[in-house]
Amino acid sequence: MDHKEFIRGGTALSEDEIKSGKIFVEEDALDCRYAWDTGVAIGRYLAELKKGKIIAKKTNCCDRIMIPPRMFCELCYRPSGAWTYVQDTGVVNTFSISNIYYDASRVPSGEPNPMPAVIEIDGASKGMGIMHLLGEVKPEDVKIGMKVKAVWKPESERTGSITDIEYFKPY
Amino acid sequence: MSKKVAIVGLGYSSFRTTSQDVSYREMIFEAATKCYEDAGGVHPQDIDAFVACSEDFMEGISIADEYVPDQLGAVLKPVQSITGDGLQGLASAAMHVLTGELDLVTLSAFSKASNVLHYANVVSYACDPTYVRPLKENPYFIAGLEMNRYLYETGTTEEQCAMVTAKNKGNALFNPTAAYGAKIDVKDVLQSDPLFSPLKYLDKSQDLDGAIVFLLASEEKAYQYTDKPIWIKGLGWATDTPNLDNRLDGMGDAVYARLAAQKAYEMAGITYPRKEIHFAELDDTFSFKELQHLEALNICSRGEAGKLLEQGVFSKNGDFPVNVSGGSLGVGYLHEANGLQRLMEVVLQLRGEAGKRQLDDVETGLAFAWRGIPTATGAAAVLSSRY
Repeated sequence: MDHKEFIRGGTALSEDEIKSGKIFVEEDALDCRYAWDTGVAIGRYLAELKKGKIIAKKTNCCDRIMIPPRMFCELCYRPSGAWTYVQDTGVVNTFSISNIYYDASRVPSGEPNPMPAVIEIDGASKGMGIMHLLGEVKPEDVKIGMKVKAVWKPESERTGSITDIEYFKPY
Repeated sequence: MSKKVAIVGLGYSSFRTTSQDVSYREMIFEAATKCYEDAGGVHPQDIDAFVACSEDFMEGISIADEYVPDQLGAVLKPVQSITGDGLQGLASAAMHVLTGELDLVTLSAFSKASNVLHYANVVSYACDPTYVRPLKENPYFIAGLEMNRYLYETGTTEEQCAMVTAKNKGNALFNPTAAYGAKIDVKDVLQSDPLFSPLKYLDKSQDLDGAIVFLLASEEKAYQYTDKPIWIKGLGWATDTPNLDNRLDGMGDAVYARLAAQKAYEMAGITYPRKEIHFAELDDTFSFKELQHLEALNICSRGEAGKLLEQGVFSKNGDFPVNVSGGSLGVGYLHEANGLQRLMEVVLQLRGEAGKRQLDDVETGLAFAWRGIPTATGAAAVLSSRY
């Protein structure tokens, strides 16, 4: 298809014209690196994931169990209380079927679609959950309210990251 | 100003060169909690709006303003993020109150500079992609260009610049929040490693992590939260062209400081700043900047700052103390929170809470911040303990 037929006025540019230097362009690749301090809350959360556990934090002010944990209740603005383990099971709060990969290319037909979801974690307060991916389930079978369980990486492969859980699957 | 705005609360985290044990959220929570306690234990539910200063590239997250609310108690509240120095944030927060619709406004800024692994790149991306960046030079060369031209135009010497570093690092020894206090002399600075000549290692401030939070109140509400309100008398801010090579007064002058101060003085009704203002906390990102800024802020005439410095006028027991806190050279460079560190010292001095470095009989102070390389942006604030 000749793309020029869609252009009304102006001058069409081809990639070749840019690459060969006929058209002046400026190009720069940003190189920024960061090493974020996890602090207390995120640090403990990640360390527990490495052990295959999910840890939350209780609030003393409004009696919530917050997941992911934080050092203060953002609603009451009080320091949070005790650490507490929660289950590695939960309920799908919402999900989507991705047809586009991270790099903006389309998921080829026949390949599994990534299925990001918010999982309300069992043991945490109602509505508190973590963002993750669903697996071992066909897109047409996923339902809001579906019960799911974490599939952990083998202990030797865990690094202290949310990807220590590979995905959540129905159980 | 037609209506009056007061600073009624101040809180800050510990300032440190690294802070691995706290996330930025936890660090800001510490500062904000102290601020609200300082303001009589106000709960953020009673605060009307929140202003936070940040630069996305310093945080490694785009649209960083979305990450402001939790740690300030600003969830479900009006929040504004200012991409700039804390004193630009002060202007915005004060204008919130001046609308007459909002009585209590929180202002915050922080630095997690230790988390930025490629800071020179961040500065480089602030440079024009066509005219500066392709040179592929460390962008701090701009500081060398500015210093060289400033010395050339004013006759100020490298020794006088070195004296600024010695003074400020010495002052910092009396400031428990300062990380870079030291007893050094002019020779130490002159013999430190050359960076971008004539700029040397000890002419440049070093990074620091920390968070600072203020609470502003309307005139009607101020005394509900403190018995020592500090009044914002004047504010001004200005930005020159981004073109490094054709700024209004060239690279040797700081027109942004001159214009920001003119407006702030006008609002505060100040005609003779050297007499009517009693001390200043002002930008000393580089040693020469303190002298250049003093002149642009009309504290003295052009080319005079170095000489007055030699006479001890700007020492902590001099006629016009400058950077008694230690400034950026002595305390550390807090990036977007720099202006709030200067404001913090002015407020502590005016309240009489500056400890061992407390100045006698000070009633009116000046805070001035520059946004740093490669910008030509400055913001000035005149504050007073007198209504």
